[in-house]
Amino acid sequence: MNIKKILPQLLTLLVVILIFGFFSYNAQVNMENRGITFGYGFLSQESSFDVQFSLIEFDGSHSYFRAYLVGLLNTILVSVIGIIFATIIGVVVGIARLSNNYLINRTAGVYVEFFRNIPLLLQIFFWYFAALRALPLPQDTEPMFGVFFLTIKGFFVPAFVWNNLDIFIYSIIAAIISIIFIKIYARKKQENEGIQTPVLSISIGLLIILPLLSFLFGGVDASVEVPVIKQLSQSGFTYEGGIKLPPELISLALALSLYTATFIAECVRAGVQGVSKGQKEAAASIGLTPNQVLKLVVMPQALRIIIPPTTNQYLNLTKNSSLAAAIAYPDLVLVFAGTALMQTGRAIEIVSITMFTYLSLSISISIFMNWYNKKIAIKEK
Amino acid sequence: MFKYLKQLTSLVAMVAVLFTFTTETMAAKKSKTLKNTQKKGFVRCGVSQGLPGFSNADAAGNWTGVDVDVCRAVAAAVLGDANKVKFTPLSAKERFTALTSNEIDILSRNTTWTLSRDADIGLTFVGVNFYDGQGFMVRKNSGYSSVNDFKNGISACTNLGTTTELNMRDFFNSKGISYEPVTFEKADEVVAAYDAGRCDTYTTDKSGLAAQRIKLSSPDDHIVLPETISKEPLGPVVRQGDSVWEDIVRWSLNTMIEAEEYGVTSANADSMKTSDNPAVKRLVGAEGELGAALGLDNDWSLRIIKQVGNYGESYKRNIADTGILPDRGPNELWTKGGILYVPPAR
Repeated sequence: MNIKKILPQLLTLLVVILIFGFFSYNAQVNMENRGITFGYGFLSQESSFDVQFSLIEFDGSHSYFRAYLVGLLNTILVSVIGIIFATIIGVVVGIARLSNNYLINRTAGVYVEFFRNIPLLLQIFFWYFAALRALPLPQDTEPMFGVFFLTIKGFFVPAFVWNNLDIFIYSIIAAIISIIFIKIYARKKQENEGIQTPVLSISIGLLIILPLLSFLFGGVDASVEVPVIKQLSQSGFTYEGGIKLPPELISLALALSLYTATFIAECVRAGVQGVSKGQKEAAASIGLTPNQVLKLVVMPQALRIIIPPTTNQYLNLTKNSSLAAAIAYPDLVLVFAGTALMQTGRAIEIVSITMFTYLSLSISISIFMNWYNKKIAIKEK
Repeated sequence: MFKYLKQLTSLVAMVAVLFTFTTETMAAKKSKTLKNTQKKGFVRCGVSQGLPGFSNADAAGNWTGVDVDVCRAVAAAVLGDANKVKFTPLSAKERFTALTSNEIDILSRNTTWTLSRDADIGLTFVGVNFYDGQGFMVRKNSGYSSVNDFKNGISACTNLGTTTELNMRDFFNSKGISYEPVTFEKADEVVAAYDAGRCDTYTTDKSGLAAQRIKLSSPDDHIVLPETISKEPLGPVVRQGDSVWEDIVRWSLNTMIEAEEYGVTSANADSMKTSDNPAVKRLVGAEGELGAALGLDNDWSLRIIKQVGNYGESYKRNIADTGILPDRGPNELWTKGGILYVPPAR
């Protein structure tokens, strides 16, 4: 080991530790002077506030820790919805930008330029207040297919009421496991005998048949609970029963996915354009069908270019979801770094937990995407 | 090492003070906030982001309101000019952090005095400048005439991070009504969402309801229900640990209220110097040495009354004449059937 190499690193480490030490010492002294105590004990205290929308049961008698979980799950929910829609819109628009049809590629181009150049917070406000202005009051709404009600108070959809839900879930798990085995078998068969097995159609068949069997023989039963209008006052109505998606969630997910999709579209365009023409021509010349060219030659190479920048966009979307606080969607920032912080006054503790949570979320997404990127990378033999 | 350095500097400072024969009093020396304020030449005051009657800026950026007047009174007392105030608009979420982290020196932002806020997070409430309570606003055509008409599934818009959020839960829980809380960070968004029909009711302090009603698209279509579901004593707040500054803010507010009690107004304050009543003479600085106890000169209270006016004048100018709450209700003097009662300035 060369001391000259290690010394600068040790010094840097020392400086970093000193800076952190100074800040924490400074905070400690200041807090002591102002009579503020430090500790995470408040997490088990009763929260005594309610949240409008949560995935787990929550009311004011639950602890601050549970309020944290409520916020975290809501953040994850809107991020997952946002990521799914952003990816779908992004891929479609990205491919549309490459279209030879002038109208299609210009429309896609205008969409990308328009949405990515307006600040996200403005877009969130726009969609939220536009939605509030445009959506009908509960009593004026026209049901969609007789069971969906889109109103200013939220999107009311029917809920399934299950009997023996666990057996249904087991049947799906069983289907997934058998699909994995069939895939392994199909690969072996192709390597040994050169015969391809139609894995996709078998998989879809399994996913339909096994749950269906659980309905027929497993005693699984589902009934639909349709929302019913309820009168609150002479002029106020709402819906009861079913599942309610608040307008805050809908407009936030919409704004996030429309905004992030523009960046993903550019990643997709760049990825496909990054595969050289010769590849496609070579693939066609050995007799692959256009579908096979896209699936076996172009996409695997394009994905390697698309995935790393898209990972960044997923991370951005997750972090941007914290703008939810502006429109009353109860995400981590609103519930925990907002209400809980105000009610307890524990700024340092709560902000540190919130920061650490966003860091962990981002790192998890990043680890997953890196794993996927590695999986599809060229494996040189 | 640092410890000794600190002691050494304070020793040097003390010696310097002794030898320069400054007129600085003991109180001023003890109060870091007072010293800093005098050095800067303005009072740093945290206010709301716009609540008519309490703290609201006009198009030219001039702040008015009863909360604003508390800061102006302190500026008049400490700096001699009620206009030497720097206002910082704060959301409910930011307000306490701004105060404890030294961004502002007085928080005068319709803030409810509660035990946990006073004791737990490094704050000290100095008094009450408005007695309020939480109420509900609903649409007139809803037919609601009382909170007892509320039904399960009602949605309520309010501000995030306020006592309102907690009172609302206590209230609906005690009535056994399930409700949907929709909480926003800024008051303007609460009003916009309620106005659009997102919520069936808008709940906050009654003074706030009266003030925000003006911002609705058709204010006459809305009413405030008669019930008051909580006590909300609103008052100015300072950082814990500077008792002299705390006293200055407290007695600036008390002076305004006491001036009303003795009939001293901005117009007649000067002539009151020759009053027969010693309490009035003390109030305008013609008798006693009350200013010195706070580290101020003896005209501090006279300046407050002359430049800002007494509490009644401030209320009339900001809340009554603007049509927000013409009736003073509990915010009337104790001598006139209200609950405004301050310790004597003597």
